[in-house]
Amino acid sequence: MHNPTPGLPAFDYIKPASLREASQFLMAHGDTARPFMGGTDTFVRMRDGFWREKHLVDVKHLDGMNTIAFDPEIGLTMGAAVNMNRVIASPEVNAHYPLLAQAAGTVASYQLRSRATIVGNICNGSPAGDTTGACIVLQGLLHIHSVDGTRTESLDNFFLGPGKTVLQPGDIVTAISFPLPPQPWTGCYIKLGRNALGDLAIVGVTALGYPDATAKSGYRFRLALASVAPVPLRPVAAETILAENSIDENIIAVAAQAAMDAVTPISDTRGSARYRKMMVRNLTRQAVTDVWQKIGD
Amino acid sequence: MAYHNIIFTLNGEAEAVVVPSHMTLLQMLREEMVMTGTKNGCAAGECGACTVLLNGEPVNSCLVLAVECDGQELVTVEGLAHDSQLDPLQQALVEAGGVQCGFCTPGVLISARALLDRNPHPTEADVRAALVGNLCRCTGYVRIVDGVLAAAERA
Repeated sequence: MHNPTPGLPAFDYIKPASLREASQFLMAHGDTARPFMGGTDTFVRMRDGFWREKHLVDVKHLDGMNTIAFDPEIGLTMGAAVNMNRVIASPEVNAHYPLLAQAAGTVASYQLRSRATIVGNICNGSPAGDTTGACIVLQGLLHIHSVDGTRTESLDNFFLGPGKTVLQPGDIVTAISFPLPPQPWTGCYIKLGRNALGDLAIVGVTALGYPDATAKSGYRFRLALASVAPVPLRPVAAETILAENSIDENIIAVAAQAAMDAVTPISDTRGSARYRKMMVRNLTRQAVTDVWQKIGD
Repeated sequence: MAYHNIIFTLNGEAEAVVVPSHMTLLQMLREEMVMTGTKNGCAAGECGACTVLLNGEPVNSCLVLAVECDGQELVTVEGLAHDSQLDPLQQALVEAGGVQCGFCTPGVLISARALLDRNPHPTEADVRAALVGNLCRCTGYVRIVDGVLAAAERA
């Protein structure tokens, strides 16, 4: 749908003074209200008529939303309103979670990343989110404020379908935290776009690996695939193959095939389902090989 | 429909306007402030023609609400030149032939100005990465990149 005018449909902008007030307002207004962060998805969907909320609740100024904190005992906690350029520039992120900065660097353009947030990317429930895979393999935990208090949600069961998550009216994600990754680890995100930079992912493969004496192979890998299923997908069978067999070129190829077998992509303007499936295999092989070469020495 | 009284600085001048909730920053600049240097291209955050500086950082003004700018600092392409003198970046872009139809130019200038402010000596790759979000259908980008690099060399 294309709308050549710059305008948005009418809605009321709400700027609550506290998280409590924000959750209460969102709870009371159900489907007609939505929290927003950078608005980089929200305003496009409003303009195109896919979302018709009557109230947009700005939560990015609220408590803790803008802080990045690293604790060597606990890990990283990042406020939900921290924009992607801040993630990319953060010394703490680059020192301890460089995969997050690498993934964020593949998102759209500099000016979009001035507003876009990792948490917003997750909450929109897009299977194509570039940063979601990094958050999954780094075992990100969402901190949620609701009228009933606060709770945390792991990303493992967070996504229900395209644009659908377990979030309920009144829920506001205030931060995402990451435990200390097992040392020494390395990770990479390989994004296939139509252009070298700037486009959405046709296929995105995130891989993280580390030595683990409890695995038969001596190593464990965590993998996440973008744009190839209704939700961001962890190809568990491929991870198991890499944990249980002595790793070499052939086993990596077998694991990459298992990743391909796990996906159920659609055909769209960016690529056919068949192309996506084959590229999942190729890029998983490339990502795992890349990580393996770094940790296997 | 809710309206909001907002105050902000635009190119160094204090301003106060009343805006409806759903007015974008782009609409406010063009329609309320009649600052038409900032262009409306795709209205979806892809083309970069509407790029302005919000607190020193480039943003797509089509994807920012005017009301979000309450208390903030804005710079548009109109704010780059001073005392009838073009910003050195503007001058370099003109000399390199980086301006053809001119529609993308305000956004390119804002993105490039922000790049040079955070990285005064960018490589060609840095310039291209910083301008990913500014689409140009005329120049093929080579002259734009040349212009930004020339501006960096002169600084």
